[in-house]
Amino acid sequence: MDYIVIVISAIFVSNIVLNQFLGICPFLGVSKKVSTSVGMGGAVLFVMTLATLVTYLIQNYLLVPQSGYLAELYAEKGIDLSYLRTIVFILVIASLVQMVEIMLKKISPPLYQALGIFLPLITTNCAVLGVAILVVTKEYNLMEALVFSISNAIGFTLALVLFAGLREHLDLMKVPKGMRGVPIAFVVAGILALAFMGFANLV
Amino acid sequence: MNQWKNFTKGFIKDNPIFVLLLGMCPALGVTTSAINGIGMGLATTFVLVMSNVFISIFKSFIPSSVRIPAFIVIIATFVTIVDLSMNAYIPTLHEQLGLFIPLIVVNCLVLGRAEAFASKQNLISSVIDGLSMGLGFTFALGLLGAVREILGSGSIFDFKFINPEADGILLFVLPPGAFIALGYLIALMNRLKKS
Repeated sequence: MDYIVIVISAIFVSNIVLNQFLGICPFLGVSKKVSTSVGMGGAVLFVMTLATLVTYLIQNYLLVPQSGYLAELYAEKGIDLSYLRTIVFILVIASLVQMVEIMLKKISPPLYQALGIFLPLITTNCAVLGVAILVVTKEYNLMEALVFSISNAIGFTLALVLFAGLREHLDLMKVPKGMRGVPIAFVVAGILALAFMGFANLV
Repeated sequence: MNQWKNFTKGFIKDNPIFVLLLGMCPALGVTTSAINGIGMGLATTFVLVMSNVFISIFKSFIPSSVRIPAFIVIIATFVTIVDLSMNAYIPTLHEQLGLFIPLIVVNCLVLGRAEAFASKQNLISSVIDGLSMGLGFTFALGLLGAVREILGSGSIFDFKFINPEADGILLFVLPPGAFIALGYLIALMNRLKKS
């Protein structure tokens, strides 16, 4: 498949937040300021790429191997491990986030300062697990999977930063009492999603 | 704790969607019709109740330093059970809900109740809490699904009440409508809670 198509469709056409509804919690939770939303976007880019790489390798070499010793062993004994996907993926992502947190603390304190507070939040960010599962269901190869995960992370960051910019302005607006806070944020997100629908049929 | 109060809290007072704002992804993603919303809600309720039961039973055996991974394994087990049984018995609904079934495992609501309630309370309270939160979640998803289905396709539970050839307001079936409908529902619930 053409990489450009994957990139454009992941960022604009079926944006992970505004079209697929994955990662809504951080989308609402850390979108009060543009600076924090950029930090969250960076953390997601880092974890999502790494998680997709690791889960891709586990899926294709451990759970459902195409060739090699394990594939023969599974075929001989009639073992099918594909049902373990959800459990294995979420455990891998959770431990990966922990590991990244510990390593960042040691290796690069400034980066840890910038991303640190967002890392624990990412374990329950369904966008990370969602992309890992989507890669399996779409049967991408390794290179396509990496491109797909990076462009989804960029799409997530784009939506988050745009939304944070809108919310910063929203704080200065006179909003009717009943709509203040979360309700108006949802309506604004809806209008943002409407704007993104203009990209439909782009690819 | 008063068990009846424990049971009713999930519907309005501590509704997971309208008040606690947990589990937003499936709430927006699958509610194109009332049936989808209710199906998703019931699947989540099953996972919520069963994981609350097991976490409540095993809470004294799980060391607190590894409790989150342990909770995730318990939750993921029940999510796998739901995923496989729905695929076997109700394949059409399973296909409609798609990715959001395995994603119940990262639903903040399930892990949130495990951490905040089931790991501290006894078995009966945990079961009631799971039922309350799950049915409150189902109620919210069903309501949002019904609103979107009525406005978007002019039907309710697949029963069309407008001219069969006419379309509804297409926007409400599309992604932007989910955000807008949920925003107004939350505003309405805030109003109801005050009075």
